[in-house]
Amino acid sequence: MGTLIDIQSLNLYYGTFHALKDVSMDIPEKAITAFIGPSGCGKSTLLRTLNRMNDMIPGTRIEGQIAVGGTDIYSREVDVETLRKKVGMVFQQPNPFPKSIYDNVAYGPRLHGIRSKGKLDEIVETSLRSAALWGEVKDHLKRSALSLSGGQQQRLCIARALAVNPDILLMDEATSALDPISTLKIEELAQDLKDRYTIVMVTHNMHQAARVSNQTVFFLNGEVVEYSDTEKLFSNPRDQRTEDYISGRFG
Amino acid sequence: MLEAPSSSVINNGVELGSSLKSGSGKAFDRKKRLSLYNKTFKVICIASAVFVCLILFTILFFMGRTGILTFDTVSPLTFFFSSEWAPENDQYGAFIFIFGTFALTFLTMLISVPLSVIIAVFLAEITPSWLKTMLRPVMDLLVGIPSVVYGFLGMTILIPMLRDLTGTSMGDGLLAAAIVLTIMVLPTISRITDDAIVAVPKKYRDASYALGATRFQTIVKVVLPAAKSGIMYAVILGMGRAIGETMAVVMVIGNTPQIADELFKPTSVLTSNIVMQISNVPFDSSWNYALYMMGFLLLVISLLMIVLVRLVQRKGVKS
Repeated sequence: MGTLIDIQSLNLYYGTFHALKDVSMDIPEKAITAFIGPSGCGKSTLLRTLNRMNDMIPGTRIEGQIAVGGTDIYSREVDVETLRKKVGMVFQQPNPFPKSIYDNVAYGPRLHGIRSKGKLDEIVETSLRSAALWGEVKDHLKRSALSLSGGQQQRLCIARALAVNPDILLMDEATSALDPISTLKIEELAQDLKDRYTIVMVTHNMHQAARVSNQTVFFLNGEVVEYSDTEKLFSNPRDQRTEDYISGRFG
Repeated sequence: MLEAPSSSVINNGVELGSSLKSGSGKAFDRKKRLSLYNKTFKVICIASAVFVCLILFTILFFMGRTGILTFDTVSPLTFFFSSEWAPENDQYGAFIFIFGTFALTFLTMLISVPLSVIIAVFLAEITPSWLKTMLRPVMDLLVGIPSVVYGFLGMTILIPMLRDLTGTSMGDGLLAAAIVLTIMVLPTISRITDDAIVAVPKKYRDASYALGATRFQTIVKVVLPAAKSGIMYAVILGMGRAIGETMAVVMVIGNTPQIADELFKPTSVLTSNIVMQISNVPFDSSWNYALYMMGFLLLVISLLMIVLVRLVQRKGVKS
């Protein structure tokens, strides 16, 4: 497995608050990397630097380097819209647009210039199939996306992200608003998707990280405490703080 | 010194139970007193509601009753479709005014809606926050300016400007009135649209940006469609205001009963015609009745507008 995302001594400030402290890591491609840690530890912040969603928060300052496939994504030559097309994101709250199921999935491709009906139909179908939602919605694609259940909505959001053909999929606590069965479906889906996509997920749920991820990163107060193979991190943590966290002593 | 109510400490269940019984240890029967208050209050509320309804129906009734007398001497067909308005010669065709009202409203909306939406987008999405905190109160103040003032501005600034720009001799007419009305309804429509845009949840914007959309694409394809029912509401409200506006229109429209087939031709609308003529018509004349009928027409149009607003709002809640 090669490295896809290379983060070098990254520091991030929200105004005067030092949210990420000297973070360095390599994220391998075609695998699931999980970020765990207590609330406010910076794991979501790091995730949002990867598709530059932090750009929109006023007062954010970034030092250091993030290279995706060897290109520094914060350099001037990088076009943020193209970056976000390549680095898809699924949010904590399912957030389908108040449009039809079809239009939700077709939204991204249309943005990027695909107009032909046949091509759009094809993208919508493959994306919904990839997100394991096709069977449930294929007969009513014109229905409002808001009529779906929470878990279906989240899978629709995954389909919508996949429709623009990204290489990386960021999942920001994508199951925390869902019931256990929907959560399980999304986890299975992530397992299926990792053969084709590099997945980085933030999760509050340590068991989820243990179940689905290949690598796990443990954050505390904006620092990376430990980064290793998931199995190793949970069975044999190097750092005392990691052990305290995964055994439930805090967080 | 303040003392706590005597029953503040209750030591046992029996005491608690007995204290819950109404009127315990009181000279008044507390229960009866409360029920009297409640009943009185209810009666007052119902009476107020009935009173408001009564006013509305009284207005409708009196306007309609006097207005309908028009049709004793004028056929409805003539009234609605003839453009001969010459009360001196017993010709009461109100088509000019009805057409004028609709044409003026349409033209006003044509100018003001796109402008308002642009202003609202600018206010809600693009303006830096320090400017927002200044602009919003200013716009709210503009809503409250008396319409006569807008009329003055139109008369003294806009009409000379139109004369210079287009070379017409008069300047009065549909276009002048539409511009004045646009300036009047602009703050209303843009502030309500602004609120509707602000109310669009941030998560929709996030989703759009995360798919690689630009700000413009996000606004046009996600934010405005999501704010659609609020924008419709704003437009209908502005339309209602434009239809009923009198003073500002009287001052710039020219007040001549001829059909408004050009932008710069003095004409008249329902409101302006009523206000110009009502003070010097004989009380018991068809002329007077015809003016009432025109007022009644305006009333019906604005009531329809309100019904439309309600329908749009209800639809907005559903989706």
